[in-house]
Amino acid sequence: MTVIFDGIASGMLLFLISVGLSVTLGLMNFINLAHGAFAMVGGYVCVSLLNKMGVPFLAALPLAALATAAVGVVLERTLYCRLYAATHLDQVLFSIGLVFMSIATAHYFFGAQQQPLTLPDFLQGQINLPGLDMGIYRLFLIVLGLAIAFGLQRLVSGTRFGARLRASVDNPRAARGVGINVERIFTLTFALGSALAGLGGALGVEMLGLDPGFPVKYIVYFLIVVAVGGSGSITGSLVAALILGVADVAGKYYLPQVGAFVIYAIMVLMLIVRPQGLFGRRLAR
Amino acid sequence: MNVPTLDLTPLRRADRWHPAEWVFWLLPVAAYFIFPNNLVLLTQITITALFCLSLDLILGYAGIVSLGHAAFFGIGAYAAGLLSAHGFGDPLMGLVVAALVSALVGYLTSFLVLRGADLTRLMVTLGVSMMLYEIANKLTFITGGVDGLQGIEMKPLFGQFEFDLYGKTAYWYAVAVLFVLFWVARRLVHSPFGLSLKGIRLNVGRMPAIGAPVNARLSAVYTIGAIYAGVAGALLAQTTQFVALDVLSFNRSAELMLILVLGGSGSLYGALVGAILFMAAHHLLSDINPEYWQFWLGALLILIVLFARDGVMGALRRLRTALGKGSKK
Amino acid sequence: MTYALQTRNLVKKFGGFIATNDVSLDIEAGARHALIGPNGAGKTTLINLLTGFLEPTSGQVILKGEDVTRLAQHQRVRRGLARTFQINRLFADLTVLESVTMAVNERLGIGARFWKPVGAHTAAVDEAAALLATLRLLDVAHENTRNLAYGKQRLIEIALALAMKPQVLLLDEPAAGVPTTESRELFESIAALPRDVTILLIEHDMDLVFRFADKISVLVNGGLLTHGTPEQIANDPKVKEVYLGEAVYD
Repeated sequence: MTVIFDGIASGMLLFLISVGLSVTLGLMNFINLAHGAFAMVGGYVCVSLLNKMGVPFLAALPLAALATAAVGVVLERTLYCRLYAATHLDQVLFSIGLVFMSIATAHYFFGAQQQPLTLPDFLQGQINLPGLDMGIYRLFLIVLGLAIAFGLQRLVSGTRFGARLRASVDNPRAARGVGINVERIFTLTFALGSALAGLGGALGVEMLGLDPGFPVKYIVYFLIVVAVGGSGSITGSLVAALILGVADVAGKYYLPQVGAFVIYAIMVLMLIVRPQGLFGRRLAR
Repeated sequence: MNVPTLDLTPLRRADRWHPAEWVFWLLPVAAYFIFPNNLVLLTQITITALFCLSLDLILGYAGIVSLGHAAFFGIGAYAAGLLSAHGFGDPLMGLVVAALVSALVGYLTSFLVLRGADLTRLMVTLGVSMMLYEIANKLTFITGGVDGLQGIEMKPLFGQFEFDLYGKTAYWYAVAVLFVLFWVARRLVHSPFGLSLKGIRLNVGRMPAIGAPVNARLSAVYTIGAIYAGVAGALLAQTTQFVALDVLSFNRSAELMLILVLGGSGSLYGALVGAILFMAAHHLLSDINPEYWQFWLGALLILIVLFARDGVMGALRRLRTALGKGSKK
Repeated sequence: MTYALQTRNLVKKFGGFIATNDVSLDIEAGARHALIGPNGAGKTTLINLLTGFLEPTSGQVILKGEDVTRLAQHQRVRRGLARTFQINRLFADLTVLESVTMAVNERLGIGARFWKPVGAHTAAVDEAAALLATLRLLDVAHENTRNLAYGKQRLIEIALALAMKPQVLLLDEPAAGVPTTESRELFESIAALPRDVTILLIEHDMDLVFRFADKISVLVNGGLLTHGTPEQIANDPKVKEVYLGEAVYD
């Protein structure tokens, strides 16, 4: 049972980081392999605030998210927007280039070692129930993840911004035609996705670690969530992330010899059966 | 039916060897004499060129975006390496076995790349190569795991030419294999099959409407690409007599794409030029801090994608048109 | 009476939306048959179902007496069915001659030949050149497709279909986007096609339709409203209502 609990927590973390990628892919049809780099930015900002400036953890989290959003907006307006109409291959190449640059930069400023992070006392420890040990931090992650998932769902389906967003996803030309500023929607969505990634990265330091290799180590996981969940679907990302989280933790616990093989095998199998992902629409491209 | 008014020579002569090509193929010969102490590096360049050629076939000509092409490179390397390590050290036999194994895996996985949109295809190719990486990582008793596969001993080529310490045999062996496979690839891309691949890349939706069995063609070229990559991997195992786990890594696949884009995809020579430029630069700048190298590599990639998408070959093409030599290629 | 192309109760649904509503159509061999209807009536969807680009929700497509409903696009092409697209789907970086030769290669079954260069398969190249001659495209034969005027590109679109030597040709708005000065040339080429080729034409330009077609079917909201000769259709009050009446069908 604890394994499942840990898996769910892990899945929530994955969801937080990946949902931004899912939305930008679904919205802008942009394959952004550098998404993990945004998470890394959030992680480093959080760690720097915590360790170098003594900012409390719960305050550092939103600050990290904001900082990442700012970076996202700058990059989107200067670089990403030039490639919206480019082929997927070009986007992949571009984002790989961005990944290389981000890794080198992180290496330069922070060195190659893992970043230390001490959680505040109230987030440490466990609640011990019969048959289930609940880490407090993991519980925190699950609650936060659900709250954000719920909030996002409300944002997308219940607000005007969400309506404009969905219109822009369905038909950018028609959306422009009715006066929606699609470019601004893109930028805002990208900022939101980056912010969530940054938040996820900051939250993930405790569980996933943080070193310059983060974007490459974990990008596969994020892509799996998006590919399996179906791009553009929040529910899909959540479900896929939870499946992946549980499968990963369970796999490592019960079949340590096999390691990450399980994840990749599951992903390939799911994509063979449903190439458009669990909740995705069949893309024309 | 005669059409006296249309000059068909541009099409009829499209496959003639251009003088610049003759010059190009003198380079490996010249390099042997100009850089006699760097034969190991030159051999590596040759192998990378062949590996990049395999990616050009599937990506540059057929448009299949694969993030896991290193899978076949690794399969070929381990196949040839294991064969030698277990006593069957004849180099050509190693190549043939590597080619067959890569062909089999390539053919079987080709059905995966036929389904789904770009992202799915990307993920599936990546997933397959990561799975192979994990398998190789865990099966330490076969592959040597992280420590690598050792104990590879090569019998002399044709029973005559020993693999010497200076790397002379290895170099000419690699160059010869590259040339032969290049020549075959060149014929392939100028044939009706090659033309249909271009058609698939340019407008895949139109191809079934002119009666082309797209899936069969893609499967075929993917398998051929796998064979070429496998042979490149086998050459690596045979010339360095070692197989490291990273032959299957994502880094290899990503770096290969960078090399191809640098040289310019869709022209075969772009793959070769890219490999030469990249490996030479890597060698010359190897004293530099690896972070700087990675940073500027990333920046270069971004600049190429934004401003010089068709790489070196594309730039040369535009230069030639600008200098008034006309012609579209 | 032999029928070149038929559908039996063809239905296509996208989720809850019915794009093609129980269409049963018989097109006689050698006919010049036009399909008209307001925008959104489902004409292109019908063509897509006929060619195999889309799979029907239910119903059958019958080509020269053979049920081809389960066959893939390229298999139907091999059996003599070809189409053009409403928006050009061409090969931007190939020359005109290369594009048409590629199509001819597929028809001749040599598309998979991998050793001899394209230029050495002289039968295919000559046939492609001859086709270009009949469509008056010889002067641009060695030009890249992307550099050509839209009217010329539209002719290439047709050339690709004609390269299949089809017995049944489906033309989806061939004159769409072509300036009137060039569309005459286009239609002359189509009218010059031999009578043993059956043609189904989607068009909005009524002048062209009435000049060209000997039979017209009217499609509205995915279903067939009526069939008839041009005179019958021109005088049919239901058709007039669809085109000129309330905005219900828009």
